[in-house]
Order: sequence, then structure tokens, then C-alpha cells
Amino acid sequence: MSATMQLDIVSAEGEIFSGKVDRFFAQAANGEVGILPHHTQFITTLKPGEVRVLTGDEVNYFYVSGGVLEIQPDVATILADTAIRAKDLDEVAAQEAMARAQEAMDNAKTDLDVTRAQNALAEAAAQIAMLGRLRDQLSKQGLMH
Amino acid sequence: MASGKEIRGKIASIKNTQKITKAMELVAASKMRRAKQRMDAARPYADKIKRVIGHLTQAHPEYKHAFMTVRPVKRVGVVVITSDRGLCGGLNANLLRRLSGRVKEWQSAGTDVSYSVIGSKGASFFKSFGGNLLATRTGLGDKPHVTDLIGSVKVMLDAYEQGNIDELWLLSNEFVNTMTQKPTMHRMLPIAKEDVAVSHGHWDYLYEPEAKDVLDALLKRYVESMVYTATVENVACEMSARMIAMKNATDNAGKFIKELQLAYNKARQAAITAEISEITAGAAAVSG
Repeated sequence: MSATMQLDIVSAEGEIFSGKVDRFFAQAANGEVGILPHHTQFITTLKPGEVRVLTGDEVNYFYVSGGVLEIQPDVATILADTAIRAKDLDEVAAQEAMARAQEAMDNAKTDLDVTRAQNALAEAAAQIAMLGRLRDQLSKQGLMH
Repeated sequence: MASGKEIRGKIASIKNTQKITKAMELVAASKMRRAKQRMDAARPYADKIKRVIGHLTQAHPEYKHAFMTVRPVKRVGVVVITSDRGLCGGLNANLLRRLSGRVKEWQSAGTDVSYSVIGSKGASFFKSFGGNLLATRTGLGDKPHVTDLIGSVKVMLDAYEQGNIDELWLLSNEFVNTMTQKPTMHRMLPIAKEDVAVSHGHWDYLYEPEAKDVLDALLKRYVESMVYTATVENVACEMSARMIAMKNATDNAGKFIKELQLAYNKARQAAITAEISEITAGAAAVSG
């Protein structure tokens, strides 16, 4: 048949699809787009939805939760998101991260980590002292070199 | 006198410790393998998005995004990636030493530094280190996800866009091999042309909807992908560092046991010798 192009669908956590295809359809920000080989350079954001990939008689469907589609004449790349993104959702995540930073700084003195570290240190010191005593005792008896 | 029984008790207790360190070593080894798989799985996306950004810097958009514009540097931001747990040798200590060295350089040049930290070890470090901590994310576990990192990254990207920082850096451990992990620092923003490829020809994309929207989405994901990749790599580093630390602990325990065993044997032999000489002395006294 006619020309094919390389299509790569990847998400940050793994590769989803990679291969030669005849054409494919994706849900771009302004509506569905169908891409054939030798398309001009084109870049768009994707809405959550399916990507339909046609190779010969074979049709494959992939679901992407948004992302970016980039077209070069012979290569098409879909950078798929791993989860649905929305401005307000991102905002909430950012707020949480900031709150946690604030909290961590406020609790600097009474933090569990510090107590835990001190306990571990005391324990280790006791063990070392114990081993030291044992060694002294043994060497006094000439049992250890 | 350290009786045989006492030494035997110590040997038993060290053997127990050795069992634990051995188990931790094996667990870390298998977790490291899985972390390396996740590292490999993240590579295609990182490569592809880099390629797209490379194309983008070759294109000539009328719109120039803030993330691609170099500004005079008065304030910088650093994303610091550490592990959640200890017992992994000097992994976090080395990384944070690298950080404080660099921060000193920045501060002596009059540059303000703010941080976004990932991992409990880094979070507790900043309690004593001080500094302008903008975001914290802890408890990611062995399988971090991109969605867990969006918040911490967004805080820094917002700071960059608002002009509160002029450069964004990433500090994390690089997985050289199982024995070696190297703290590395590199600049994520602004994206420099030399980071990707050289320009040739004069062309531009068709953007849909607008150049700004597309670039916003793309560059945000680029930074997120870099942070995600580094986080996954850091897990691999943590696991291999822990594996080595626990292997050393196990070996040391083995050495200690050997030494104590020798001491135990000597003590036992001394007791027997003493007993025999007593008996012979007694026998000599009776027969003499």
C-alpha cells in the first residue's frame, strides 16, 4: 500500500505503542484529527479519549488521558499523560505540597524523626559500648588478640 | 570471667542481627531490579519529549515561552530528591553535602535559593539547614508516580513564571552502577538551546489551539518528566546503596562471629585444661 509513518505512543511510566502505521486518529484540543503520512509539522494538546491506529486491515485502540501530540513528516509522537490533568487538580496538588513544607518547618522541634533518630543513636551507642566491654574483658584474659 | 555461656549468648544475638541484615540485603536487591525496570520504562518518554523540545527549539515560533528565556540570575530554585528511608549508606548524606556546598557558592554570590524537596530524608535535613522551603513531598514509596510529583513541580514552575526564581535546578543521585551512585545537579530551566540540538532551516509548527497553550502543556510535562525520571533513578540508587550497606553489615557480623567463636573455643579449652590440671594435681597428692 501507500507510505507509512512511525508512531510512538509513550507515557512517563512506560511505552504504550511503537510501530509503522498507515494513519491514525486522535482527540485534539479542538476536535478529532486524522493524521496521514507526510503531514506538515503540527503540535497540539490532546483531550482525554481514544487514539485509533490503522495499520493495513488492523485497527488498534488506545486510551490516553490527555497529553501532547507532535507530528513531523515521518514521525508522530504522542506524549500521553498517566492521569487526567486539570488546572484545578494541579492547583490542589501544589497547595498540598506547599502546606506540607510549611507544616514540616513548623514542627521542626517536636518531630518524630528527631526522636526516632535519637533513639537509634542511643541504641547504637549502647551496642558499641557493650561490644567494647566484651572485647576488653576478653583481651584481659588473653583470649583475644 | 566471660564464661562460655556469655560468649555463646553474644554469638546468638549477632547471628540474629546478621539474619536481619542478610534479609534486608536480599529485599533491596530485588527492589533494585524492579526500580531499574521502572527506570528503563521511563526512558522512552524522556527521550521522545526531549526530541520534541529539540524540534521546538529549531522551530521559530513568534511566541517565546518564559521557560525558554534566559534571565539574569538573582534567585534560583532547586528540586532536591532524597530517599524516604535510611540504612542506605552515605547516599543522602553525600547528596546533601553536595547541595550545601553549592548553596554556599550561590549565597556568597548574593543569590537567593529556594527548595522543593522530595523524600523524608531531605525534609528532615531542611529542618536544621533552614532556607526557603517551598514544597515538600514525602512517602512516595518504592514506586513513585508522576501524579505524586505534579504538586511539588508546579510550585517551582509557578515561582519561575512569577519571577520568584530565575533558574530551576534538579539535584538527585545518578545510578552509575550497583556500586556507585553519584550526586548530580543540572539546570532544568530555562531550557537552553545547547541542551538539545542545533537549528537549521526556517520552519514552524501549526499550533492547536494556541502556541502558548501547547508550549505550556509541553514544557510543564518536560520538567515533570525530568523530575519523575530522577525520582525513579533515585529509588534504584537507594536500593543498591542499601544492598551494599547491608552486605557490608552482614560480612562484618560474620567476622565478629568468627572472632567470638575463637574466643569461645579458647575459653572452653582453658576451662578444660584447668580442670585436668586440678585432677592430676589431686591424683598426684593422693598417690604421692
